Amino acid sequence: MSILNNDSNKVLIQGLGRDGSFQTEKCIQFGTQVVSGVHPTRAGKTFGEGVPIFGSVEEAVKATSPDIGLIFVPAPFALDAIVEQIDSDIRTVVCITEGIPVSDMVKVNQYLKDKKTRLIGPNCPGYIIPEKNVKVGIIPNDIVSSGEVGVVSRSGTLTYEAIVQLTKLGIGQSACVGIGGDPIHGTTFVDVLEMFEKDKNTRAIVMIGEIGGTNEQIAANKIKDEISKPVVACIVGQTAPQGKRMGHAGAIVTGKSALASEKIEALKNAGVTIADSPTEIGLKVHNLLK
Amino acid sequence: MQLHEYQAKDIFKKFEIVVPEGRVAFSSVECKEYFELLAKKCVIKAQIHAGGRGKAGGIKLVTSPQEAEDAGSQMLGSNLNTFQSAGGEFPINKIYIEEALNVTNELYLAITMDFEMKCPVVILSTEGGMNIEEVAEKFPKKIIKLFVDPLIGLSPYKVRKLCSMLNMGKKLDEQLSSTIFKAYSIFDSLDCSLVEINPLAVVEKESIVALDAKITIEDDSMFRHKDLAKLFDESQMNETELNALKNDLSYIKLFEGQIGCMVNGAGLAMATMDITMKAGMAPANFLDVGGSASEDKIKEAYRIICSDKDVRLILVNLFGGILRCDVAAKGIVDGHKETRKKTPMIVVLRGTNSDEAKTILQNSDLDITFARDLPDAANMIQQKLGN
Repeated sequence: MSILNNDSNKVLIQGLGRDGSFQTEKCIQFGTQVVSGVHPTRAGKTFGEGVPIFGSVEEAVKATSPDIGLIFVPAPFALDAIVEQIDSDIRTVVCITEGIPVSDMVKVNQYLKDKKTRLIGPNCPGYIIPEKNVKVGIIPNDIVSSGEVGVVSRSGTLTYEAIVQLTKLGIGQSACVGIGGDPIHGTTFVDVLEMFEKDKNTRAIVMIGEIGGTNEQIAANKIKDEISKPVVACIVGQTAPQGKRMGHAGAIVTGKSALASEKIEALKNAGVTIADSPTEIGLKVHNLLK
Repeated sequence: MQLHEYQAKDIFKKFEIVVPEGRVAFSSVECKEYFELLAKKCVIKAQIHAGGRGKAGGIKLVTSPQEAEDAGSQMLGSNLNTFQSAGGEFPINKIYIEEALNVTNELYLAITMDFEMKCPVVILSTEGGMNIEEVAEKFPKKIIKLFVDPLIGLSPYKVRKLCSMLNMGKKLDEQLSSTIFKAYSIFDSLDCSLVEINPLAVVEKESIVALDAKITIEDDSMFRHKDLAKLFDESQMNETELNALKNDLSYIKLFEGQIGCMVNGAGLAMATMDITMKAGMAPANFLDVGGSASEDKIKEAYRIICSDKDVRLILVNLFGGILRCDVAAKGIVDGHKETRKKTPMIVVLRGTNSDEAKTILQNSDLDITFARDLPDAANMIQQKLGN
């Protein structure tokens, strides 16, 4: 068993442009079972080695019964694609697309309540489970290795950095999940921490956060109360400047909690091991598992 | 995208939010002329893309045509830096002059996104004016919040309840609730990240008027609002930032830094800045070239870093995923051909086509040291610093 375990790991791809096609190819190379594609004008055709393309998610689901949907469609059409997949009851939907308006995402977030779908992202690299050869997203194939450390992160490329450090030290991963850098995203740190806590294949957890928002604090509370496995965390943006701003509403809503120092403090209080520098993530895990 | 007060007030008028009579002036002579047209008492307001103008001297009360002209000539052509401008300065090249009203008291009204609650929030306070952030910190009970269901929209019964909590009397309650609805429809229909009215004034105890107006439209939704793109005021950005924006690069200049950073991905960019700081040298910028950067985009990114006189060393950290490292390397070489600057570089390349990229860079005449990974790069910065 691993996290994000569906009945099958059959994947439907929506959005087969240049990047979507290239990345789908990499997923297939990793061993992912891609069963269908959705494209409004290319229905009836195939891509890759004979994967059928359908005109709608509904038709693709009927014919190929995927459990997972992977979305690459451009931002202006992403809201509709996510809703289409939710309406077809796809269990896990991963949205890679960046630049979706927040005003669209708050609607998606509300619509998702009481639905069967779990959304990961948007603006995320997706997830990868090395042991099962399942990759749903864009995490580079050759940096991961199978093992017992779960990685969860808000960032894309920084996640790769952490994975590289682990793999170089001979520390494999049970799963790596990028939850996305946008302020409103589906699956949260707390959700993934819960999954790793329950997962028998995971012994320790790496959590990578950033400045902005309060998700790291919420995660810290969760860790304090419910996570028994050791957690190593790194919060980047310690040297980032406070931005220019217009008006006071932002300060009234978040206060000082968006700062890296506040997040690190909260995590330390929850008993988390902090990697002070992003270069020390691998080493901290190594010392923890010794 | 931020709008100026005068632009925001134009939108307010379209949505029938009451604002004082006012005009935009581009010269001190116009300030004088408009004063004579408008009222016996006017307010002269610098139009810049930062809040906190009042405290910084960007708002002046004038009572004669001469005073209006003097205030105008003092402000126009100067720069203003406020507590909200993060060290930067904003040029004043437009003035908004409007009638000064007899204000009984000042309210605060804002609509923004609450990322924790994941929905829009209406923020209302009876303590409007320049010290609202202090009020929020010291007297949080004086700030009332109303969370809005994004699928249902603003519920009239909730707004009625909110307004009645202020005990202002029926007439003002009705005006306030109507103002809140209009402000929310601006927020919703224009995909704003902020609509703020501070102060929202009670005038002569009987009417509610928006004395200020701030609107920020979410950049990611601009594809739905192409007609508003022309409202963007380029003068409020420095040349480098503007250049970066036009090339779709996410760039922030940091003062007193010496290491120019070029990275893909915001998280990795912040991590790279953090490690340069830990290695004892300050980053000169934040620069995220984005997901699938083209050769031209990288070239522009390289030129932007080189144009910064503070930069002594460039740190390139690229992790190819959707981005192809060989494309990036070509962009750097192109940029170098144009700038001819030989600033030493530490380069970390991993992921898609990174080997090809190394060959391209090795065959150029750039001053490059390759680092294996981020820890290695951190050591190299320290070594270079020691020399």
